[in-house]
Amino acid sequence: MAVNDSIIDSKTQRIDLAKDKAKVKKKRNDRKLMFRQMKKDYRLYLLLLLPIIYFIIFKYVPMYGVTIAFKRFKPGGSLLSGEWVGWLYFRMLLKDSSFWTAFKNTFILSFSALIIGFPIPIIFALLLNEVRNNGRKRVIQTITYLPRFLSTVVVVSMLSNLLSPSTGIINKMIEFFGGKSVYFMNESSWFRPIYIISDIWQFMGWNAILYIAALSGVDQHLYEAAKIDGANKWKQMIHVTLPGIMPTIVITLILAVGNTLNIGFEKVLLMYNPNIYDTADILQTYIYRLGLASSIPRFSSATAAGLFQAVICLTMLWTTNRLAKKYSDYSLW
Amino acid sequence: MSRIFNYKNFLKLNSGIMLLLVAITLFPFIYMLAVSFSSSRAVLAGEVIFFPVDFNFTAYTHMLKQSQFWTAYKNTIIYTSVGTSLSLVLTIMCAYPLSKKNLIGGSIIMKVIIFTMFFSGGLIPNFILIRDLNLYDKMWAMVLPGAISAYNVMIMKTFFQGIPEELKEAARIDGLTDIGVLIKIVLPLSKPIIATIGLFVAVWLWNEWFISLIYFKTDAKRPVAMYLRNIVLGAMNTIKNGKEVDSTAAKTVPQTLQASTIMLTSIPILCVYPFVQKYFTKGILIGSVKG
Repeated sequence: MAVNDSIIDSKTQRIDLAKDKAKVKKKRNDRKLMFRQMKKDYRLYLLLLLPIIYFIIFKYVPMYGVTIAFKRFKPGGSLLSGEWVGWLYFRMLLKDSSFWTAFKNTFILSFSALIIGFPIPIIFALLLNEVRNNGRKRVIQTITYLPRFLSTVVVVSMLSNLLSPSTGIINKMIEFFGGKSVYFMNESSWFRPIYIISDIWQFMGWNAILYIAALSGVDQHLYEAAKIDGANKWKQMIHVTLPGIMPTIVITLILAVGNTLNIGFEKVLLMYNPNIYDTADILQTYIYRLGLASSIPRFSSATAAGLFQAVICLTMLWTTNRLAKKYSDYSLW
Repeated sequence: MSRIFNYKNFLKLNSGIMLLLVAITLFPFIYMLAVSFSSSRAVLAGEVIFFPVDFNFTAYTHMLKQSQFWTAYKNTIIYTSVGTSLSLVLTIMCAYPLSKKNLIGGSIIMKVIIFTMFFSGGLIPNFILIRDLNLYDKMWAMVLPGAISAYNVMIMKTFFQGIPEELKEAARIDGLTDIGVLIKIVLPLSKPIIATIGLFVAVWLWNEWFISLIYFKTDAKRPVAMYLRNIVLGAMNTIKNGKEVDSTAAKTVPQTLQASTIMLTSIPILCVYPFVQKYFTKGILIGSVKG
């Protein structure tokens, strides 16, 4: 028995050896083929050279640069310099009360903007889809996404004009109806509503484009079938239209959640002033003031705050994507 | 009940809503336009709503006499044209090789690029990088850092992949190299996507002011959006701190001047988009197909 076993063993060993040899040969062959292919494609790699250098320098070097959150950064030092100090700056941040104000404001502002702002373009697209006259439809669409092309500066200028306490048309109207004029841009309680409403004004039409495109892709036969089954317009919307644009909605939602905390930095920076910091100061404006706008720039602390936010964003994106995959079968990756 | 909520009534209500939305969208534009052509007195008295009162061009002639305004305007045109061309060339150079399915290493490079959409170094490391690269207070600081965006590369790559393979193959058999195929076959067929991405980048550059706030110390390099910001901040009388204070921001400016500046800065870019808008839906949809 033992002899037999050893014979079988050596046999299988031999076979394995032969297999391994074949594998190595194949691998070598594959590699040769690969190099030949790459050589043939050298022009394509040449084209890629500049873009790759761009991404390394302008995207990946700053990514490595977040390490200055863990280093004592000397003024005038380079991204790669500095002595390691561990979590020192994070601990300092967590003790800073204005950091926590900014942190809280970022969450409140971005989530209220998301919850209110996300469904509106969808509803608008659904309503616009019911406009039967194609010419009229196009005109409405063109006009509603016009504001997307305005600079944040222009939007905020318009706001300050419309809402000005002495000359703004809104306050004139309030006064006309016997109210007292409000200094909208200078009151904490008004900051969030103004921010969110003006955002909806600027981006509703634009954000609806995707859904409108998706709506036009819904199979018309499905509506016929639903009609035959006796579904009214409302039921058709619930059972045909919404499922039809669901993939688009989920993908947009994942991206929107991943980006919530990144919204509106420039706009807040233009809109806010120290009087309304308690609701208007968000993490990015806090970082800006800490790192660039103060006379003693605190680069390391500001980077630490930035990293803090970036990690939260990445986690949120990842979580939403997982949830979407689990519950809807649609996901980014 | 169901008679009130029948489809016909819904359609009527819907047209009403659409009309209201159009009115709300347009009102700020009309109001600003009216203000820019009115007298300061009428604006202060709140007489202006839809139509100019005491119609005049004073605000515009005053604006056009400001040499700073012209410098800023010229800068914006330079940044927008140089930046858009640079961005288009680099994006095409990046997207075309990656659109080849059999390019070895292509999918890894694409992943490395897409990752930049979700994570970045942030404000401070980018600022220090610009300083390290000696780009601080140089005009290139406006166009180089944002020259390629991963999102645009993705959209363009998807579009290139949609061009029939047979066409490219036939051209290759006729003796064209990959770059020849790109220039003679792919690019002429890609006008819609080039127009879409070109407009995205142009709008972004035209409206950009924050880059100039942090990277430029010389006023002469500032774009027109920054000029407008200074005028408005001056008018808002915001309390400023540290570096935010600059010479032009300090004085208060009448609303008619603000309004005319708003018009002069936003009308050119609004004029471009009707020519390109027919490509949008397609372009954006393509980008969304694959994440």
